[in-house]
Amino acid sequence: MCEISSAEGRIKRGVEGSRGVEARMYDKIKIIAGIIIFLIIMLTPFWYNSLTGKAAYVPQLKIGTDARQCVENTSYMKSNHMDLLNKWKESVVREGMRVHKTRDGKLYVISLTGTCLNCHSSKAQFCDRCHDYAGAKPQCWDCHIVPNNAVSSRQEE
Amino acid sequence: MLDRRKFLKLTGSSIAGLSLSSAFNILPKGLFANTPKQKITSYIRKWGMTVDLDACAKRPGCRDCIDACNIIHNIPDLGSPKEEVKWIWKSPYPTVFPEHIHIINREEIKNLPVMVLCNHCDNPPCVKVCPTKATWKREDGIIMMDYHRCIGCRYCMAACPYGARSFNWFDPRLFLKTVYQDFPTRTKGVVEKCNFCEERLVRGLLPACVEVCKENALIFGDLAVIDSDVTKMLKQRHSIVRKPHLGTEPKVFYIL
Ligand code: HEC
Ligand code: HEC
Ligand code: HEC
Repeated sequence: MCEISSAEGRIKRGVEGSRGVEARMYDKIKIIAGIIIFLIIMLTPFWYNSLTGKAAYVPQLKIGTDARQCVENTSYMKSNHMDLLNKWKESVVREGMRVHKTRDGKLYVISLTGTCLNCHSSKAQFCDRCHDYAGAKPQCWDCHIVPNNAVSSRQEE
Repeated sequence: MLDRRKFLKLTGSSIAGLSLSSAFNILPKGLFANTPKQKITSYIRKWGMTVDLDACAKRPGCRDCIDACNIIHNIPDLGSPKEEVKWIWKSPYPTVFPEHIHIINREEIKNLPVMVLCNHCDNPPCVKVCPTKATWKREDGIIMMDYHRCIGCRYCMAACPYGARSFNWFDPRLFLKTVYQDFPTRTKGVVEKCNFCEERLVRGLLPACVEVCKENALIFGDLAVIDSDVTKMLKQRHSIVRKPHLGTEPKVFYIL
């Protein structure tokens, strides 16, 4: 490259404009071979993925319930469940309000453990599987309980 | 200035208001459980509690209230008094009432430990010092903790004159015999304390300690209502509060 740019002198530009441009590239073979090798290295991951199908991988989620509808519509839940949980938390802790009314009028008791995980009965195969894939690491479970054989008095709700 | 006519009108309507609010109080306990908003009534609740020392003294060594609280709030049993986490616990009489020790000479009570818990002060020093507003006074007087916001600075512990706040020096889950699913645990590094069973009140239930006490030594109710159980108790019996000279205005009263 620098040979080309320093080669100004060797490029003869017809001042009179009658003889056109005459330019020369030195080490043509080496440069083109270099570019090709560079491109191959660059594109290998893309070829690899399209050949093996790895990029199409999405985690297989186990919804964990027979219910057909989440507490809000699925696309909202997919992208905004953390906002919803944040609102739930504020609602309970700050406002003492423990019931969530969905847009279509259904009522849910606000509880991460008692409501979300009641339907999504396997946290590992639902929340965690997607979070591992997305690289999200919520700290909620340091305090909030994942039901297994924990004692509960609220089964009826 | 009010003229006579206006004055009579006003007093009339406030008396009507009062009898209305007390009507709410005699309705079954479950009443306000079904309504999502707590502020269903026109007045503001002010929760308070009385601790009847004579009644409590009838069962020395009983710790039903402590156990009930510990279980439903996932309070760890660390076994070491210095680092333990406590919401309701026993403390010696002279420590609880340093200024009353000479005034009231009731040997039978003085030698027994007294149940203590967060006083849910009307003028709470802990709230003033919290840098993140993780603790605050609710409209109904409960001093709440938002564990999501607590950074564990422990200013509130230094400010509380009653030692009602505990710090989690360890992961509490390592010290729980049973995990109660309906209430989250806390983590290492946050401060915690009694919440007057706020999570039970919204469901129309009394605080767990009050419910399990076989001697009815603990009475809970609305101080803003003239004939609630607590107000009646306070009217009939002599009561003291802890460290009144500090002006914190506790809402836990001790009946002697
Ligand atoms: C009544 C049962 C029920 C409850 C309660 C519930 N969900 Fe769902 N959730 C579902 C169902 C069913 C689906 C799948 C809906 C679909 O496939 O369209 C779903 C889907 C989701 C999805 C999208 C998953 C995907 O396919 O990408 C997320 C995220 C989610 N829920 C999170 C939550 C959270 C967080 C809570 C608690 C606030 C919660 N859910 C409470 C039943 C429930
Ligand atoms: C379809 C994939 C998916 C599912 C299923 C899912 N999440 Fe998430 N969640 C995400 C993603 C992606 C983020 C990260 C968003 C970000 O970092 O901005 C996230 C973030 C969160 C956060 C906020 C994290 C933080 O650090 O503030 C919480 C809380 C959360 N999820 C709870 C849940 C719970 C509870 C469930 C199971 C009931 C669940 N999620 C299921 C994709 C999912
Ligand atoms: C330091 C412990 C702690 C951590 C960490 C924590 N919480 Fe909580 N959370 C609590 C406590 C304690 C309550 C109060 C429970 C009550 O009053 O019933 C609560 C209540 C809630 C509630 C309402 C009631 C319930 O049981 O669901 C929601 C929703 C909630 N938290 C969401 C979250 C989310 C989302 C996260 C993670 C981003 C989180 N919390 C992390 C301790 C914690």
